[in-house]
Amino acid sequence: MTYLAKPRLHHPTLPKNRRGYTRRDYEGAISTLCAGCGHDSISAALIQACFELDVEPHRVAKLSGIGCSSKTPTYFLGNSHGFNSVHGRMPSVLTGANLANRDLLYLGVSGDGDSASIGLGQFAHCMRRGVNMVYIVENNGVYGLTKGQFSATADRGSKSKRGVVNTDAAIDMAQLALQLGASFVARSFSGDKEQLVPLIKAAIEHRGAAFIDVVSPCVAFNNHAGSTKSYDYVREHNEAVNRLDVMVPRAAISAQYPPGSVRAITLHDGSTMLLHKLAADYDPGDRIRAMNYLAERQAQGQVVTGLLYAEAEPEDLHASLNTVSGPLNALGERELCPGAAALEKFNASLR
Amino acid sequence: MATPIEAVNDFVVKFANINGSGSASANALFAKAIMRMGVPVSPRNIFPSNIQGLPTWYEVRVSEQCHLGRRGGVDLMVAMNPQTWDRDLAEIEPGGYLFYDSTKPLARAKFRDDVTVIGMPLTAICNDAYSDARQRQLFKNIIYVGALAALLDIDADEVAELIGEQYKGKEALLKPNVHALQMGRDYARANLRCPIGLRVRRANAVGNRIFIEGNNATALGCVYGGATVAAWYPITPSSSVAEAFARHCKRYRTDPDTGKARYAIVQAEDELASIGMVIGAGWNGARAFTCTSGPGISLMQEFIGLAYFAEIPAVIIDVQRGGPSTGMPTRTQQSDLLSCAYASHGDTKHPLLFPEDPKEAFEMSAQAFDLAERLQTPVFVLTDLDIGMNERLCAPLEWDDTQRYDRGKVMTRAELDQGREFGRYLDVDGDGIPFRTYPGTHPTRGAYFTRGTTKDRYARYSEAGPDYVDNMLRLLRKFETAKSLVPKPELAAAKHPARFGAIFYGSTGPAMREALASLAAQGIYVNALRVRAFPFQDEIAAFVASHNKVFVVEQNRDAQLKTLLVNDAGVNPAGLIPVLHYDGTPITARFITDAIAAQVRKLNVRPIQSGKAA
Ligand SMILES: Cc1ncc(C[n+]2csc(CCOP(=O)(O)OP(=O)(O)O)c2C)c(N)n1
Ligand code: SF4
Ligand SMILES: [Mg+2]
Repeated sequence: MTYLAKPRLHHPTLPKNRRGYTRRDYEGAISTLCAGCGHDSISAALIQACFELDVEPHRVAKLSGIGCSSKTPTYFLGNSHGFNSVHGRMPSVLTGANLANRDLLYLGVSGDGDSASIGLGQFAHCMRRGVNMVYIVENNGVYGLTKGQFSATADRGSKSKRGVVNTDAAIDMAQLALQLGASFVARSFSGDKEQLVPLIKAAIEHRGAAFIDVVSPCVAFNNHAGSTKSYDYVREHNEAVNRLDVMVPRAAISAQYPPGSVRAITLHDGSTMLLHKLAADYDPGDRIRAMNYLAERQAQGQVVTGLLYAEAEPEDLHASLNTVSGPLNALGERELCPGAAALEKFNASLR
Repeated sequence: MATPIEAVNDFVVKFANINGSGSASANALFAKAIMRMGVPVSPRNIFPSNIQGLPTWYEVRVSEQCHLGRRGGVDLMVAMNPQTWDRDLAEIEPGGYLFYDSTKPLARAKFRDDVTVIGMPLTAICNDAYSDARQRQLFKNIIYVGALAALLDIDADEVAELIGEQYKGKEALLKPNVHALQMGRDYARANLRCPIGLRVRRANAVGNRIFIEGNNATALGCVYGGATVAAWYPITPSSSVAEAFARHCKRYRTDPDTGKARYAIVQAEDELASIGMVIGAGWNGARAFTCTSGPGISLMQEFIGLAYFAEIPAVIIDVQRGGPSTGMPTRTQQSDLLSCAYASHGDTKHPLLFPEDPKEAFEMSAQAFDLAERLQTPVFVLTDLDIGMNERLCAPLEWDDTQRYDRGKVMTRAELDQGREFGRYLDVDGDGIPFRTYPGTHPTRGAYFTRGTTKDRYARYSEAGPDYVDNMLRLLRKFETAKSLVPKPELAAAKHPARFGAIFYGSTGPAMREALASLAAQGIYVNALRVRAFPFQDEIAAFVASHNKVFVVEQNRDAQLKTLLVNDAGVNPAGLIPVLHYDGTPITARFITDAIAAQVRKLNVRPIQSGKAA
């Protein structure tokens, strides 16, 4: 595999956003994932969300771990700095990057193996620290890149392509994020762009730890009858709690939040999926209820999608650390070095 | 009966205590009072992995000649711990002194007849004077310090003044402490033979030196070096680096107008996360460090490799200790050299700095940030428990206000606008060091994707063999460049032409210098080279080549520096003789002297009178 340059010829009539960027400006290199991989749809949703939100591409830092999912940052936002780090440890790298410069938008992309298996610890701790970021897990219930072993989100009883049955209990990443204190928690489906794009936009607007668990079927290893992360399975068991059509300012999310509605969703492969439950009384401002709701639905075999929880005025790690308002990486000797005179005083105190 | 040792301003006192008994601060008072009399001291804690109850020792070297290493042997044992009585007794030099609590009579067999025994009924005195159990315990320590002051001719007023400084504004504590001190002194004067053969006499040998723990100096070096992000996970003996960094930052790095912090410190969930955060921050243009010890280094291995290949600055402070688990780990060693030098999978190697005392720990910690950013790679500062967790006399810390941070090769937005070519892994200057950009620099130029190994010179994804080799060779050129940037070795030539050389580093320094003096006194002349960094400059190999044999003195079992010398500097191993000390206690001058003298005898070289080479 070598890098394939994508032609960057801009069609003069391509629509531009308010910052003057076209959709093309948010694209990356050509994907090398399997055709039909759910992850590619998520990349497309990210591109669309950033374009629609007028995000300046170079003000985004995209970080990932290792896995097919973690490879995707190469395939979107080609003018952003990216960092393909080590397996399961993207959260710490992202946290450090965020500490260095609080002014960029941090996008963490990970897989279920990356975040729920090897990286569960780092996932947990960056959520509880409230790192200001958008954290997306492209969840297929398998290790795609290492060819189909179960990950920790695979449901108990689900069957791998080779016929092996998973006997371990599944980790529900959204449930976990709620418990750990993430201030924005959502779930969606890679094939459900209409739901996913607004959720990503809301997560970008959110000033705290925003987590989206995106069920993203692996066509190579997990799109067969025994899998609970296949297209068919998710379509049949999806329960969407709400819908975010329009981006609303961060403070208004909970206040003006419309009750759920019945709607059709178009998947990336063109098929239509009917979300068959509505939740008129669903309140994304209540963490405890969100956790209960998820647990109840899960007991009924349903995958709840939508915005599960959003805190109106989240505090992020920088607030906890009381850091200066500008980026730490922009401070120089004058602000950082106490100098010779202070050192002389320090010496004098040690005699 | 051996004749009692007579020594002025040159002896070793060791306190055997029980952890958590409050002895630590009393013992420190003792050491500091001697220092205030103008006589250099060098105290060392030898403590257990325990908060309360296990044995702990405090060894004070008193040396007007300013030998600050451990000498070896004990002249006066202050035996306050019945659990360790036998071995403490055994450690006393013939002719030495034993001070103990004589409240409970001990069988004659419990003593040695070649030491002077000084009994003082400390418990009885305390029980008479105090009714509260805690007070009895705490003041017992101060009382023995008072008695020792009388026995050793230490000016008790110096101790009283120190107590005054310590309890400034806390009158309620000050008075009873001074009272206890005087009680001990008066008892000794009235009932014991004062002074004994060991005496402190006012001198002027301390000068303007400061008395500071290495970890404290290291932390301040990180402040002066411009670190803004610190991530760490608690582990003895490195935790106090992070704690001191937080203290210094609060004092020196709080924005006076807003009260906001010009730094971020995160106690991470483990060492993997600590180094991950440091790498993320370094990637994003902040100066960042972590402090840890051996087990933490082991956990960080994968990430260190990533930082090496992705060329991300990071500073790693490793305060070395004994191996894994708990127990020995609170003892000192120099046993992480190899695991740091070659940390991680794949072909990797990293610059290491070896400070010998707090002053150098300060300087090298600050310098490490320049090196890390110049070389765009992880840089290790290897101290150890002996330097880190003991107060040491050293030259005052210095800073040159005219010096500027070397932020390395960072391409700016203006340069990109001017059309300068940017290739993340392009060796534009022939020194192996490419340019980098900080994320967020330019809307259309200079962005790149960071990965481990799989890339070409323009940071494009490539699994092509030639691209990989090209990159690995450039990394070697970069390592070559590092040689010219890291601290140079320091040569101490013998007074007379010498066939023997010695190489040493880090905390071995003070003991080594005393050993060299002792060897010279025996007519054995040794040229000594203190190695201060890895990669090794060419002069280190030249030093080895120009001597018949070179002793490599280290505090580990496997001769790790020697291995590095052979492996990386191409030194002929036949010319190297390891001198290894690794029982967890700091190396002593006597150990080095005896080991080298024995080797020299074995090599069949007769010491020749001064004036000729040995
Ligand atoms: C330390 C380490 N162990 C193992 C691997 C091998 N490995 C690469 S990707 C992967 C699993 C990825 O699974 P997931 O995060 O779910 O990503 P997916 O490919 O399914 O999108 C593993 C185990 C590795 N890269 N590093
Ligand atoms: S193996 Fe699965 S996860 Fe990986 S690219 Fe193919 S479909 Fe996607
Ligand atoms: Mg997966």
